[in-house]
Amino acid sequence: MAKLKYLLICVALLLFCANLYAQTEGEKVEMADTMRGNGRIFVVVAVVLVILIGLILYLVRLDKKISKLEKERE
Amino acid sequence: MDVPRLPALSETIRNLYFHVCMWFCMMILFTVSVIYAIKYLRSNRLVHDVYSRQFVAVGVVFGILGYATGAIWMSYTWADPNNSSFQSFSAVAREPKLIGAAIALLIYFAYMVLRDSIPDIDKRARITAVYNIFAYALLFPTIWIIPRILPSLHPGGENGNPALDTNDVDARMRLVFYPAVAGWTLLGVWITTLKIRFTLLKEKRLLHG
Repeated sequence: MAKLKYLLICVALLLFCANLYAQTEGEKVEMADTMRGNGRIFVVVAVVLVILIGLILYLVRLDKKISKLEKERE
Repeated sequence: MDVPRLPALSETIRNLYFHVCMWFCMMILFTVSVIYAIKYLRSNRLVHDVYSRQFVAVGVVFGILGYATGAIWMSYTWADPNNSSFQSFSAVAREPKLIGAAIALLIYFAYMVLRDSIPDIDKRARITAVYNIFAYALLFPTIWIIPRILPSLHPGGENGNPALDTNDVDARMRLVFYPAVAGWTLLGVWITTLKIRFTLLKEKRLLHG
């Protein structure tokens, strides 16, 4: 009797297992794939943004230095 | 603009107009800088030293931008954690071109540190002019020669010159690429001249007041 019980539990677990497998194959998993989708054009966008932000920050720093010099002159 | 449709790259090939131009601009600014360093050593005029220093500073900025954009680009073309046909990130980190470029940039960081650690103006100018020539000489093995000798994912390993090779870059892309190099370089030169004018104003005050 005990053996049968274990056997039944095992079969039940196997059923669950098959069920889970079916789920991962059937449904499409929603992931944040934007950077790898659309021909990865967003990678180019990211690169352009990095360059723009980098250069603008550098120029803002230079601007601050120049204003400081102007203030000292007065 | 239409671009060639290549596997693994797809639309990211458009980064050629940005990432590669950053490095071209950096190389040109460093070249101008070493010319002014030699000019300083020949003439002993401090103006040349100011020119040399500012070209290095802006060149380093473009180098950092080139490195950062390269890091983004390679994350989506060389490596993919969900695709076993791509490299892993740890394999990408051993890329000789990345290590070489990092060494080259660190040598120029050391130039800035060395410069600011010497208080005497003439001594500083003389030592850093000589260091600049050494740094420029080291730039070539680290970013041009060693990455070409070792196997590399980066273009320009066994198959020649990246970006400049007429068989490597599509004619349509070269139509945009060369003006882009000129444009980014001119932007770099303009920022440098702003910095030079600023420094000369400041130094004049120091020298006269």
